[in-house]
Amino acid sequence: MVESKKQWKAWLYLAPALVLLAIFTVWPIFNTVRMAFLENYSGLKAAGGETFAFGIGNFKKVLEYKKFVNCLKTTALLCVATVPISTLLALLISVALNSIKPLQRLLQTIFFLPYVTNSIAIGMVFAAMFNIVGSFHGTQNEIIATAGIVNNVIEFFGGTAVNWINSGSSYAANITVMIIYIVWNALPFKILILLGGLQSINKQYYDAAKVDGSTRSRILWRITVPLLSPMLAYVIITGFIGGFKEYTSIVGIFGATMGPPDDGGRLNTMVGFIYDALSTNSQGRASAAALILFGIILVVTLINLAVSKKNTHY
Amino acid sequence: MASNTIATMKEKNMQSVKTASQIGKVMAMILTYAFLIVMAIIVLFPFYWMINSSLKTLDEYRQSVPTFWPKVVMFSNYAEAFSAANLGRLFINTMIVGIISTILSLVITVITAFAFARLEFKGKNILFAGLLATMMIPGELFTITNYSTVTTFGWINTYTVLIVPFLVSVFYIYLLRQNFMQIPNELYLAAKVDGTSDLKYLWKVMIPLSLPTLISITILKMMGAWNSYIWPRLVANDDAHKLITNGLRSAFTETTGDVNYPVQMAAVALVSAPLFLVFVFLRKYIMKGVSRSGIKG
Repeated sequence: MVESKKQWKAWLYLAPALVLLAIFTVWPIFNTVRMAFLENYSGLKAAGGETFAFGIGNFKKVLEYKKFVNCLKTTALLCVATVPISTLLALLISVALNSIKPLQRLLQTIFFLPYVTNSIAIGMVFAAMFNIVGSFHGTQNEIIATAGIVNNVIEFFGGTAVNWINSGSSYAANITVMIIYIVWNALPFKILILLGGLQSINKQYYDAAKVDGSTRSRILWRITVPLLSPMLAYVIITGFIGGFKEYTSIVGIFGATMGPPDDGGRLNTMVGFIYDALSTNSQGRASAAALILFGIILVVTLINLAVSKKNTHY
Repeated sequence: MASNTIATMKEKNMQSVKTASQIGKVMAMILTYAFLIVMAIIVLFPFYWMINSSLKTLDEYRQSVPTFWPKVVMFSNYAEAFSAANLGRLFINTMIVGIISTILSLVITVITAFAFARLEFKGKNILFAGLLATMMIPGELFTITNYSTVTTFGWINTYTVLIVPFLVSVFYIYLLRQNFMQIPNELYLAAKVDGTSDLKYLWKVMIPLSLPTLISITILKMMGAWNSYIWPRLVANDDAHKLITNGLRSAFTETTGDVNYPVQMAAVALVSAPLFLVFVFLRKYIMKGVSRSGIKG
């Protein structure tokens, strides 16, 4: 009798969480799959009493859609470029941080700062830095007259100013800006994790290497990196997952139009595509795209896990 | 092999090898510091540029050769930004949502974690594994249906829509459960023998013992409200409920032409300031919470 009373109490404690999860987590899983497999499903039409046939038309349409392929391309490009760069930089910074004593805490705090920012707000700062300042009307002369701080620095070192994000800018220039911003944004988390890992490595390994007279780079690649591999695998996997969901950093720099003023949507991503479909009440297409995104993330994560299992040394 | 060579060297040679390695060490230290300081400057530069730009007059901002500190310091830009972006209202909205959702979320997280950590019931492990499995699914998948759901509930443009759908975080439940599990069960049984009620035990023993985790959750949750953009833009776009990030972005939505950048940068600085203040005072909790969660805000 006491037992059944206890059972009842446990479910009482769980009730609020379970009710909310049922509505906002479990039901969406089923419903999103359902909508994805109903041809041209639209919430608006469904409310009007229309019924939809079962089929895989949404997936076909999404994949045939040129815009979606572009979103996929941009997302994948950003992912493939930013994850290795930010991981390598974070590794070098963490190793350097771990080898010094004075200033370590101060520098550690500085490197964590980008994490406690609003990615939209600081995106606007980056936009201002890359922007061409002044009343810009698209003529070549004006670009050179008032170039913006990043272009000023480039010119100082003898380069020529680049139209980074304004009207008439190239896709390559846009992507470069995004890569710089995303790497800047991704560093703090990676440094935090890697430095934590480094600090837990047993000092004996390094003493042994010193006795053997190993060089610094040999120690880094033969001792530090293998011992750090679980943490490296972790930051790479979370980096890829985050990368495939890239959206707000682009809104920060380019605004909700997701592209330079003369070519809105040029830098749209997978997540952006889903929200665009949602805002036009095409829930069927949005759901199909979301499932494709889930599939991609799953596959990438599994590949990462398989690779890291081979190369991870515990 | 190296140690063999050293062993056969004469005293004099030993000395020179020692100085050489000393010099190498110093050089390596200098390079390390140089690298770190250059990287730190790159990391800090956007913040410096934000403050520098926010204090300039528009004319000075537009000079072809930028100045690295404003000639005339325009604090009035901040006042202008505050009114131009309607920041006061946005601050209030965001605080209301942040505080209410944090409190409710903490209550739900604590009692759920307690049930999973201490109480026995049928299907506990399966249920918990099921909850953890939902963490793998990207949030966008939920958003599509949740948008329809909240529309059906008539929640569009309310505080409810910004608070309720995100009250339960499986990750926070997981985090707190792990923490609760570390508290010895004997303590709980002793309390039971003494006739202490579950809630009293929770309040007097478990919550104080897991305070660091609860503080981390609170900070991350508040930062989440401050930084959330996608969902608020979708469901609460009216002035009475707009949140700060969405308001900031839409107040300065032009990316070219005659945008008053100093004022825009002042608004950005105002929005960033509370996050920095929190960071300065609660650095330890934030870094601890983040290193365990791996989520951004």
